[in-house]
Amino acid sequence: MKFLSALLLTALLAFATGLYGALPWWSFAITSFIVAIAIHQKAGKAFLAGFAGLFLLWSILAFLIDNANDHILATKVATILPLGGSYWVLILLTGIIGGLVSGLTALAGSYMRQTPKPKQSESI
Amino acid sequence: MRIVPFIISAVGAAGLIAVLNTQLPVGGSKTPRLGYFLSPQQGFWQNAEPVNGSHDGNIKLVGLKAKVDVYMDERLVPHIYAENDVDAYYTQGYLHAKYRLWQMEFQTHVAAGRLSEIVGPDRIDTDKFFRRMGMVYAAEKTMKEASKNKEIKAAIDAYAQGVNDYISKLEPQQIPFEYKLLDYKPEAWTAQKTYLFLMFMSYDLTARGVTNDLKMTNARNYFGYEDFDQLYTNVQDSLDPIVPKGTAYTPASISVTAPASVDSLYYGKTNSGGAAIAPVVPDKNNGSNNWAVAGSKTKSGRPILANDPHLGLNLPSLWYEVQITTPTHSTYGASFPGSPAVIIGFNDSIAWGVTNAGRDVIDYYDMKFKDSTLEQYWYNDVWNKADVKEEVIKVKGKPDVIDHVAYTAFGPVMYDPSYKNESTKGKYLALKWTAHEGGQGLQTFYDLNRARNFDDYLTAIHKWTCPGQNFVFVSKSGDIAIKQQGAFVARWNRQGDFIMPGEDNQYMWQGIIPNTENPMMKNPARGFVSSANQKSTDDSYPYYLGAASDFPVYRGVIINKKLAAMNNITAADIQEMQTDNYNVFAEMARPVLLKFASEIALTTEEKKYIGVLQSWNLRNDVGEQGATVFRAIWDSLETAIWKDEFERSPLPLPWPDEPILLDIMLRDSVYYFADNANTPDKTETLRDAVSMAIQKATKACAELEKNEELAWGKFKDSRINHLLKIDPLSRLHLPIGGGVHIINATTKTHGPSWRMIVHMTDEIEAYGVYPGGQSGNPGSKYYDDFVDTWAAGKYYRILFLKKIAAAKSAQMKWHLTFTNS
Repeated sequence: MKFLSALLLTALLAFATGLYGALPWWSFAITSFIVAIAIHQKAGKAFLAGFAGLFLLWSILAFLIDNANDHILATKVATILPLGGSYWVLILLTGIIGGLVSGLTALAGSYMRQTPKPKQSESI
Repeated sequence: MRIVPFIISAVGAAGLIAVLNTQLPVGGSKTPRLGYFLSPQQGFWQNAEPVNGSHDGNIKLVGLKAKVDVYMDERLVPHIYAENDVDAYYTQGYLHAKYRLWQMEFQTHVAAGRLSEIVGPDRIDTDKFFRRMGMVYAAEKTMKEASKNKEIKAAIDAYAQGVNDYISKLEPQQIPFEYKLLDYKPEAWTAQKTYLFLMFMSYDLTARGVTNDLKMTNARNYFGYEDFDQLYTNVQDSLDPIVPKGTAYTPASISVTAPASVDSLYYGKTNSGGAAIAPVVPDKNNGSNNWAVAGSKTKSGRPILANDPHLGLNLPSLWYEVQITTPTHSTYGASFPGSPAVIIGFNDSIAWGVTNAGRDVIDYYDMKFKDSTLEQYWYNDVWNKADVKEEVIKVKGKPDVIDHVAYTAFGPVMYDPSYKNESTKGKYLALKWTAHEGGQGLQTFYDLNRARNFDDYLTAIHKWTCPGQNFVFVSKSGDIAIKQQGAFVARWNRQGDFIMPGEDNQYMWQGIIPNTENPMMKNPARGFVSSANQKSTDDSYPYYLGAASDFPVYRGVIINKKLAAMNNITAADIQEMQTDNYNVFAEMARPVLLKFASEIALTTEEKKYIGVLQSWNLRNDVGEQGATVFRAIWDSLETAIWKDEFERSPLPLPWPDEPILLDIMLRDSVYYFADNANTPDKTETLRDAVSMAIQKATKACAELEKNEELAWGKFKDSRINHLLKIDPLSRLHLPIGGGVHIINATTKTHGPSWRMIVHMTDEIEAYGVYPGGQSGNPGSKYYDDFVDTWAAGKYYRILFLKKIAAAKSAQMKWHLTFTNS
């Protein structure tokens, strides 16, 4: 349950800060960090929740935009970057980039709250 | 807290963000900030427009006087219906910004010498080049003069306000794609930028001289004037001028006299020539076709006008279609993103189009300065104070670069010891250019938008100074006309073809030809007028028009030949003609090539390609192999004739134009240049040169054939580059025929940038197409949706509707309203 809540909250807060174009693109790093502190999990799970939250948010958003766009722009960008012109790879890359940043900050958040002697018995 | 893992992960996260937030160098360029660029809520994904998205809207523009309705048709062409002119231009500015903001700013940054600010130190030389040409200086001067007209000032200011209203409403995530790619932000638009854009067009259409005059000077110094004048002859045997041969002209009202020193100082063999290859040179093929046929030659009995300006083809396109309807006028046509009004188009009474006049309006003067501070120059026997302007060039990621440009009695000093290359070493070359002389800017087009008849047209174009154009005209009342108009220098023979002495005013321009003496033709008996950048008159015109190399010959020949033969003309006939791929140059050159070939022993393979050439239908259609064989032989022949001698010059020389070599071939005389200078023991003849050319061309053609690239379309491989020359944003490998000397003047990267045909029937029948799309956004389906239509030689029927009809038309897909509250 904790894992899912952390994941959803991570995605939700990232989406909300993302609505403000004046904020830097990495604003979600802070919210993911806070979520990992608020919903404490072990390092591995915290990382995964943080990663998955942003990976899913960014890749789904990208997928929806790309689909409505008939892949026009993604195909061009995937040639510039270069990713062989594959919009699929570009969508995945988008998700992974967001996921990694979020996952690492969630990891930091988790370590911040962990006591030096890790406790047992936390479950999802 | 687990301090060590926390620090490691926190530093890791911060490091990753930092890397993703930095433009990383890759090859010669830089990546976008990847985290930002890939963010679906902020980065490029936001520019991926839904293909079924709406273009409706209710927009509040506080400066509007009244409500404006805009109907967007299915091609995303806005039809603006405003209650007054100022509101219309306000809205046009807003729409240009909405669909073309990045391009508008980019083009004006180029003109202002501000490219380094966006792309970094690679373009400092380009920036210096434009600044040293005095682009900003000239834009400001024109703005000052043109703004005296309240209407023009109001139009340009309202336009700027429209652009700025759009920019101020723009959410950061909505900025155009290219800003995100290069990582910068739009700045405010100003009236001055409109003038900078117009200066860019002046540069593009008249500034070949900044390189040409240097090369011509080298050639004169290298060959000596006598030989030069023969080699680069100003005689064009095939010329069919805009105003037909044999027309009588009134004597020149300005009698120009060459200075007494002209033989020794100017034509003479002083070896003082400098040469420079400028970082950017306007395309030699910048030209165009336009013509008009009178009712006497059309099926309907009404005139038809056609125009296709040939320019570098880019995405986003230079052009943006628009209809502007107010109580004072209703006009449709191609507009420049960056400027209000319609530039090439028609209204309910008249239509107009332009081609480049090609006249030489830019010269160099060789100056003497006291020292490298550029503060004093020698002129008319005294030291004069130069006006030294400091140019601060901002460079992305690097400190500013400071440049100093001295302004003299002639104009800005383009080359001096601080901006030079090996061949301009020690020289101070000042530039004199009609574009520096101010002028009334947009006034001509503003007036043409509202013109109702021939007199209005003439009054409007007489205000035009630079770049000189051939304005073609038709009216519903049945008039057709063409006039070459601009501020043209009254020159003595060859004045300004080379660098001129600048230590006194002897070589200064002696006057500008009065408008009334510019070549014109109205309602000629032959029933048509036309221009295709050829010389406007024969040699009986009382002023020197400029070097023949400024004036291509063959398109004019074929256009006039066709128009003379055509009768009962329809708009469909004109479409066919405007996209015609017949090669009249090859028609003249092939027989002489074949004649020489028949006198040479050929190998089997050579015979094969000569056979292809022989059976070719003289059309540069996409699939024709003969067109490629012809081009390969001709280019090899030019190389065989010119390369050996010309390479011996330490400084760059221009190769003589194609008509010159063709005339030599046709005369078949013993020709000095045919001899290969690199084989001193042998004397080659023209025949040997042709034989060598066939050998070389055969090799090239065999290679092409192996790669299945012998067909003309494959060989030519036309493309439309994105302004940043990024391939995935460009359109490559377009199946389109045509080429140099052909009415369909499409070369690899250059050609008809807007094709327009207007038939002056009661309900105007008009067609248009340009190689691009109405949206400048690479993420829009309207970015390049006209390209295939254009390449196929097809047109769109233009919707030119009254407001009531527009509101009801099924072809109007969206409705935008603009109100002030």
